[in-house]
Amino acid sequence: MKSGSKLEQLFDQGEFCVTAEIGPPKSASSKGIIRHTGELSPYVDALNVTDNQTAIVRLSSMAGSVHILQAGGEPVMQITCRDRNRIAIQSDVLGAYSLGIRNILCLTGDHQSFGNHPGARNVYDIDSVQLISTLKAMRDDKQFICGEQMKTEPRLYIGAAENPFAEPFEFRVARLAKKVAAGADFIQTQAIFDVPRFQRWMELVVEQGLDKQVNIMAGVIPVKSVRALKYMSTVPGMSIPDELIQRMESADKPEDEGVAICAELIEQVRQIAGVRGVHIMAVYWESIVPTIVQAAGLHPRPAVRG
Amino acid sequence: MIVAERKPIEEILELVGDAKKLLLLGCGECVTVCMAGGEKEVELLARALQLKAKVDSREFNVKTAVPVRQCDPEYLADLDRMAADADVILSMACGVGVQFLAERWADKWVVPALNTKFAGGTPQPGVWEERCGMCGECILHLTGGICPIIRCSKSLLNGPCGGSNEGKCEVEGDVNCAWQMIYDRLSGLGRLEMMMTVMPPKDWSQSRDGGPRRVVREDAQL
Repeated sequence: MKSGSKLEQLFDQGEFCVTAEIGPPKSASSKGIIRHTGELSPYVDALNVTDNQTAIVRLSSMAGSVHILQAGGEPVMQITCRDRNRIAIQSDVLGAYSLGIRNILCLTGDHQSFGNHPGARNVYDIDSVQLISTLKAMRDDKQFICGEQMKTEPRLYIGAAENPFAEPFEFRVARLAKKVAAGADFIQTQAIFDVPRFQRWMELVVEQGLDKQVNIMAGVIPVKSVRALKYMSTVPGMSIPDELIQRMESADKPEDEGVAICAELIEQVRQIAGVRGVHIMAVYWESIVPTIVQAAGLHPRPAVRG
Repeated sequence: MIVAERKPIEEILELVGDAKKLLLLGCGECVTVCMAGGEKEVELLARALQLKAKVDSREFNVKTAVPVRQCDPEYLADLDRMAADADVILSMACGVGVQFLAERWADKWVVPALNTKFAGGTPQPGVWEERCGMCGECILHLTGGICPIIRCSKSLLNGPCGGSNEGKCEVEGDVNCAWQMIYDRLSGLGRLEMMMTVMPPKDWSQSRDGGPRRVVREDAQL
């Protein structure tokens, strides 16, 4: 057991895990996070808190994670490399562990030009792969990047993201291998709409034995409208089959159709060899997660055994 | 070379202010090549300033010169007399040149006419692109001759990130993804395995982050 986190224990038990995401508010209030934690906790195994997603200033992922803990949930704290140097990151990692956080997801981070402070200084002192290595060295070698030892190490479950649809396509499995070699324990992929293409990627992943070394969770996003789906098809790295667009377009109740599509996608990816869980990114629609989890036949959630 | 661009004329006029005697200095090196502060540009700007002063019925006189380079006091010595005579000195060199002038003629008001942009080259006529991050510890041998520090918007050493799409970076402006380029280049050279090594965190203290830098060659000192 590397961290003893609830998520790690469930994977160890062989469960098909479910995680969802909470986007903190652009304000100093914890109300929304606490409410969502209450609504979602019975339906998921852990809850990601994003880190100034799309470079827009939001309540910090560390604070959000603590609010989740205090509200009885299991957080996955996201850290990007965009805003913090190695000093701040390692410091935050020590702080996070001391506060009870047990899962950290390592990301590069969207460029600040996407957000509401495009003139900010670019940090990116280390990249996501080096961040994974850093967390692993802190946990397993009790060592900081500089080589100094620490007394109490942060025993964290280390996550990373991967985009099976981004380019260069031929390198995407190799990049996953690199993150696994660096020390990733679990992976959450970017949203999947094109199941056959994802399946091909998973076949390559399984071929290299990577599924045995890391727990891969398939990412899904439920859409509310055909406009939302069409917008996604413009996002770099997203692959949306026409069939889904047609379904949303001709639906009487688009929201219900969106939920149905999401539940179907979950059931489909669940059948793919090497997929150990699902990560539901219900952006601005966190309240729909319980419905989706039930529709996908994944409720009730299993308990941690002994 | 150092690539710079002239400031908008309105800004230059503000910087020149009420100067009655202006010394306008170009530079014979980088800014000549990138057409920002060479003889032609100096002449054009001098004429524009004279015209504006005439239109405003303002007393104004501008003298010009284009030393071999401004970043070397050896070539500024000849200009001491002209500088002594001026109210304001307007430099059409990069930020380095401006500072050498300001240091030499510390009792004079020295202002920049250019915005210094980057260290780069000319991939095609009329186009200048940033190429070198001046990180102090060159790793071009590890990335097929493509600098990830400055050509990757995130300075990744283990790229690409998830934002790489059809060979382009996620930021605006038609920027090529450096790591796609590195991938293509190393593939072509049969050295793709170099991208599988996890590159450790960079020592940024060799870059600007470590503080202002200096190189000394004792064998060249007087």
